[in-house]
Amino acid sequence: MLRLEQLSKNFGGLPALSQVSFEVFPGQVTALIGPNGAGKSTLINCMTGVLQPSSGRVLFRGAAISSLAAHQIARCGIARTFQNLKLFPRLSVLDNVLTGLTCEAGSSMVMAMLRLPYLRHRERRLRLRALEALDRFGLGDKADWPAAVLAYGDKKRVELARATVGNPQLILLDEPVAGLNAAETAAVGEQLHLLRRAGHTLLLIEHDMDLVMKLADQVVVLDSGQKIASGTPAEVRRNPRVLEAYLGCMEATA
Amino acid sequence: MTDRQKFLYFIALHRTGLWVTALSLLLLVFPLVENNPYTLGLTNLIAIHAIVVLGLNLFIGYAGQISLGHAAFFGLGAYGSAIACVTFGLDSWLAMLLVAGLVALVALLVGIPALRLTGHYLAMATLGLNFVFHTILLQWDQMTGGPSGFYGIPSLSLGSFAFDDELRLHYLLWGLALLSLLLCLNLVRSGVGRGLSALAGDEIAAAALGVDTRRAKVKVFVLSAVLASVAGSLFAHTYGFISPDSFGIFVSTDLVIMVVIGGMGSIWGSLFGAALITLLPEWMDLFETYKDFVHGGILVLVLMFLPQGLITGLLDLLRVQLARLRQKNVTA
Ligand SMILES: Nc1ncnc2c1ncn2[C@@H]1O[C@H](COP(=O)(O)OP(=O)(O)OP(=O)(O)O)[C@@H](O)[C@H]1O
Ligand SMILES: [Mg+2]
Repeated sequence: MLRLEQLSKNFGGLPALSQVSFEVFPGQVTALIGPNGAGKSTLINCMTGVLQPSSGRVLFRGAAISSLAAHQIARCGIARTFQNLKLFPRLSVLDNVLTGLTCEAGSSMVMAMLRLPYLRHRERRLRLRALEALDRFGLGDKADWPAAVLAYGDKKRVELARATVGNPQLILLDEPVAGLNAAETAAVGEQLHLLRRAGHTLLLIEHDMDLVMKLADQVVVLDSGQKIASGTPAEVRRNPRVLEAYLGCMEATA
Repeated sequence: MTDRQKFLYFIALHRTGLWVTALSLLLLVFPLVENNPYTLGLTNLIAIHAIVVLGLNLFIGYAGQISLGHAAFFGLGAYGSAIACVTFGLDSWLAMLLVAGLVALVALLVGIPALRLTGHYLAMATLGLNFVFHTILLQWDQMTGGPSGFYGIPSLSLGSFAFDDELRLHYLLWGLALLSLLLCLNLVRSGVGRGLSALAGDEIAAAALGVDTRRAKVKVFVLSAVLASVAGSLFAHTYGFISPDSFGIFVSTDLVIMVVIGGMGSIWGSLFGAALITLLPEWMDLFETYKDFVHGGILVLVLMFLPQGLITGLLDLLRVQLARLRQKNVTA
């Protein structure tokens, strides 16, 4: 579904990614792990048009998307969340989720100004869908709150609701449970399970190994911008290079 | 649902429509209560300013840019209408439309390159545009009348009904201002409007959600220029006389101040800002003398303490406080 070919990214001569290649298969959860600074977020940013890769290609359903602008990539059906939340603090929670349906809301300014009946009906449908998405994440009763006042865990879940509400073909999640407590982590994990069961394709960046091991069909390990391993969770866990680069260093700090 | 709940639900659902209706009714009966031509002249000027400020507020509040040249679009509308009607003898409504189209084109040509760059290049570009425009008004006196202005612009009329006194103008100008208000309210409450709010909040996030940020900025810029142009045409027909003084860069900054008072991205605030800054010099002689100081002072104070603008800033504080209260009640 999504293929990375020899993707590299340099920041002022310093390589953040070098020659990374792997594939995300439809209906699967692919986990991307690696120590801090390994280049995971950079990889997602290159895939979504936030950053331009220095070389290499990204193919989505066989078509190269690496030269497209971020909004065009989004319109292809790729949604994402951000590691450092990017909610719109002044909008209500519901409106934040509704921005996840921008592609379906229509883009003609003139039509919007005239508020034609067909747009009103569409708006009502979208609103119901956004409310459903909020309910799924247990936030239905906070729909009309300004997003700014939510607790951190709630904000994270609003971002998840926003990324998933439009039924995107591919969802890129940058550390969806970082900073959440155990109960919240379990709840989000449950939602991710449901998404997978519903046939969604996920690319999941996560430091929480329990979650990765439970959810992932395939794990890709990055270290210092290079892919050092990939395979099933069990294979990766046994891989000595991974243990050395990643799990080892975690155990050392634990 | 009980009757009371039904009632509250109805109010919540049609809140915007109810406010617009209430304001329309108020303006409908206003001349019956206050028929002093001087007062009506002032409120008419508010209506004209409000049309410009509505558009400019969408642009500043949603595209996150500043235009220091909207007086130029306002002036293009005014002089465009004047020249088209008096010099070329066109019908005034047709002239208004043609000029608005022309201004849209100018805004597109200025906006596409300027909005491509980040930072405040557009502020500089629009300031330059305003400066050039003002100079042309002064220099090209065969066409514009030069520093002494352009006289003898006819009133607008529908058939034989001419909008030539304050009362008739009241209904025309406020009718059009309310129409602009309604169009802008519709826009911000639509999916497109949410895309614009997203753009105002965070460009990267907006793009990741499918908003074509560059295009959206240009569109809002063009829309705001068109509204300014229409307001300019109305201004010319209302006063019958225009001069370059009304379209200099200080007028542009006054328009920005009206936006800032009203609050970034606040449609209702735009009306308030236009009204306050139009009326202040009437209320205070001192204010008239030290106008630029007072305006500058207001701008600095508001932006320091309420970067979202006066009304929006206060409302935001209120909303956050209310939500916090509710949060406490839920957890308690
Ligand atoms: N915009 C940028 N300019 C310069 N260097 C950058 C930029 N973004 C990231 N980097 C560098 O690229 C490297 C990879 O960063 P990245 O954020 O992708 O890591 P990560 O794997 O997501 O780490 P974490 O687990 O902490 O989120 C880091 O060394 C970082 O300092
Ligand atoms: Mg990261």
